[in-house]
Amino acid sequence: MTTTHITVTVNGEAREADVEPRLLLVHLLRDVFGLTGTHIGCDTSNCGACTIHVNGESAKSCTMLAVQADGAELKTIEGMADGATLHPLQQAFWDQHGLQCGFCTPGMIMQAAWLLGQNPAPSDQEVREGISGNLCRCTGYVNIVKAIQQAAGQLSAAESAPVVAAETTS
Amino acid sequence: MESGPPHRPRRGEEEDGRAMIPGQFEYVRPASLDDVLAILRDREGEAKVLSGGYSLLPLIKLRLAQPGLLVDLRDIGGLDGIVETDDHLRIGGRATHRQIHEHPITRQRYPMLVELAGGIGDPQVRNWGTIGGSVAHADPASDWPAALLAIGGEIVCRSAGGERTLDARSFFVDSFTTAIEPTEVLVEIRLPRRPRGVGAAYTKLERRVGDFATTGVAAFISLADGRIGRSGIGVTGVAEAPFAATEAESVLVGGAPTEEAFRRAGEAAAAQSRPAADIRGPVEYKRAMVAEMTVRSLRKAVERALAYA
Repeated sequence: MTTTHITVTVNGEAREADVEPRLLLVHLLRDVFGLTGTHIGCDTSNCGACTIHVNGESAKSCTMLAVQADGAELKTIEGMADGATLHPLQQAFWDQHGLQCGFCTPGMIMQAAWLLGQNPAPSDQEVREGISGNLCRCTGYVNIVKAIQQAAGQLSAAESAPVVAAETTS
Repeated sequence: MESGPPHRPRRGEEEDGRAMIPGQFEYVRPASLDDVLAILRDREGEAKVLSGGYSLLPLIKLRLAQPGLLVDLRDIGGLDGIVETDDHLRIGGRATHRQIHEHPITRQRYPMLVELAGGIGDPQVRNWGTIGGSVAHADPASDWPAALLAIGGEIVCRSAGGERTLDARSFFVDSFTTAIEPTEVLVEIRLPRRPRGVGAAYTKLERRVGDFATTGVAAFISLADGRIGRSGIGVTGVAEAPFAATEAESVLVGGAPTEEAFRRAGEAAAAQSRPAADIRGPVEYKRAMVAEMTVRSLRKAVERALAYA
């Protein structure tokens, strides 16, 4: 069995591995790198639990081979918090009770982060369309949408706030 | 390109009984299209082209496809352009659904392509899935073929031996089967440039956002002096392969764009469909929906033709 040597950047850190071409990206993250925050739900590109960012674009990591990601920059849920400070999306899911069992949450947050990068002030409908590739079987999505809207407000407020104010509050 | 989904593996047939782990294959990521074409020529029948992966990888994971070698197009530049020439709108095979959905040219003059691209799968699929991959994969319920059939699209394929241009109407042969050769790469989708007085629309019926089409109908109309000059109707999801509803097209040509004409065209399209009963509905329902989606697309296409007179 031949393996291929790949190099990726995961959450800002360069990592290398020798992988079989058939290894899925999500298995590289979970089984080789030990980053188990990214979940495997349906394994058929339906549920979005395995959503991460590949070169800044959201992707379902169960539908990408590790070798395809050679040279890519990856971001997973483990790369969202800043030390002990949750990312505004993580905090918003907490505040708004945007999860029940939590299985879909990492993928939901990664997709929401991509969405807010594309569209910093989405309507509720745009949020729902933006997360249409991510299934949640608990919440009915209402609180997920609220959470994403809370984070959108905070992120754009942080963006437009004067630098001095941002520094004093942090 | 596939020879149809031949055989769904039964539990225990695969190692560990884990159906979602792909079988072994080799992988290469050539730096140039010439290298890709040489590999496809030398390893004919074994090699399969990988574009976005959102159609092929699920098949490989389910072991419905087991290629010996995957040839990744990721490093091939210049295959994702979207440009208008004097005669054509040319879309590179590696253009993603999202690029097509957001491109200024499509936004300005090709609303059907925008609505179609924006309705494929979900955002993650549209970020990575490509028009060339989708068209070459030829799922019988995929969206792009309907549009290509309706507006007279062409598919440009290149092999080590040269390039050929195939008409969409002779391209979609059967389920997952097209006229593309195993040694060829789909490099471009070529659509006629939109002239004045022409409109097109795509209406897709889906059970929920992101599902494959129960049925989808693309309609193309050219209007002159209040009459329909040319028409094109492409239908997906209700036959072994997407097809052109030629009976419906003949019903429309030369007549006025009336509700009555749309209705008759819808009935003709429904009659020409060959749906199978499945989880998305029984045969009668699907036929009725083909008729209805045809009418809705025709209404919108005519509106757009009038607005672009």
